[in-house]
Amino acid sequence: MKNLFKFLFRYYFVIMFLMLETFCFVLLIRYNNYQHITYINSSNVITAGIYERWQAGRNYLSLQKTNAALATENALLRNQIEQMSIKYSDAPVMPVRLLRHVDDSLPANSARYEFIAAKVINITVNKQSNYLTLDVGRDDGILPDMGVIGPDGVVGMITDVSSHYSTGPTVLNKRWRVSAKMKKSNDFGSLTWGGADSRHAELNEIPFHVELAVGDTVITSGFSSVFPEGVMIGTVENFDVNSGANFYKINVLLSSDFGAVTYVNVVRDNHRDELTQLNRTQND
Amino acid sequence: MIKFLNYSALFILLVLLQTLLLNHIELGGLINPYFYVLFIILLPKETPKYMLLLLGFALGFIIDIFSNTPGMHAAATTFLAFIRPTVIKPDQRDLNEVNAQPRLSQMSISRFVQYVALMVFSHHIFLFMVEAFSFDDLLFTLLRAVISSIITIVLIIISQLLFDRE
Repeated sequence: MKNLFKFLFRYYFVIMFLMLETFCFVLLIRYNNYQHITYINSSNVITAGIYERWQAGRNYLSLQKTNAALATENALLRNQIEQMSIKYSDAPVMPVRLLRHVDDSLPANSARYEFIAAKVINITVNKQSNYLTLDVGRDDGILPDMGVIGPDGVVGMITDVSSHYSTGPTVLNKRWRVSAKMKKSNDFGSLTWGGADSRHAELNEIPFHVELAVGDTVITSGFSSVFPEGVMIGTVENFDVNSGANFYKINVLLSSDFGAVTYVNVVRDNHRDELTQLNRTQND
Repeated sequence: MIKFLNYSALFILLVLLQTLLLNHIELGGLINPYFYVLFIILLPKETPKYMLLLLGFALGFIIDIFSNTPGMHAAATTFLAFIRPTVIKPDQRDLNEVNAQPRLSQMSISRFVQYVALMVFSHHIFLFMVEAFSFDDLLFTLLRAVISSIITIVLIIISQLLFDRE
């Protein structure tokens, strides 16, 4: 026993180091698996509060740019509504709902997707796993697995929520892939980020028989309940044929400027519980 | 006591500087300076070893909470704290160095640069490997670690030239 204590005392530095490192790697691996531990992320009140205050100060410097961007987006939406109302002149003006089958049993205002406006209080672009933090949380109706859309297209998703803040990966995160499709041909693939360049991502799993052209639009597939179908992701910048593979290697120019997004919408899918329920019964 | 307050202030300042400013530098995805390691570098020589580890862990862990990477920075800063006593072993032939604190004002500039470089490279390479979490693209990971290390070293030397002259 005495020898044991002697040993522990002699090597306490190494033992303590190994214990701390083990703890770190346990945390790291658990976070990789999306089994998140509450409060060890930037959605907690202290860190998000600091980010929010800092962002509030910084926003003054970019007000003009933000205003211009919002005005452009407004004009674009107004044009879309105009086009929609011409196309469906006798239906109520609600673009997202019109694209879907309208169920009579649902109340009149039950569009499948609802959008919750939010402000980005922190976002990084230069890590291998980039995250954003928003100033909305559980009290605003935010839940994990909701998508985040910016003025120019897909930005990220929510994985952790506190009562007033939420956080999650952006598209620029190696641990997350977005289900995407080609707008022209409707062929599905998945979008992954290579880790090097915040303007580009790679679209995989598009088979050879699909006709591709530079400049083709890539949009969300709508397969998961994270994003509605048809949200802009980016355009094809160039593509290549991997030797020995059956799929294209497509380099996509992302439409969102992740370093500059300030105002975003969080997508709430009102049919999500129903879909989850259905998938569960199917799996059982 | 004053020393304790000074180090606490340095700790908070470095965490904020890192999370609010330096984490947002975007230059081709290559440059990620982690200036906060300065805290571990400047700790007094008489800091007990267990304290080194605990402070290293705490610093990394707080950076982790800010950047949604639980365990990543903590693992790297704990490693840095662990190797510090070995790195800092003074040159026994030079009596001036045996008692000196690991600061620019107390060491020759070449010795200080050597010490900082060794610490920063060790930390950055460890951190970038953990961040990538695989040996794919090993060269790219190392390239990022080396470029970022150089920037961090330059930032540390400049900051010490500005604030730690006698």
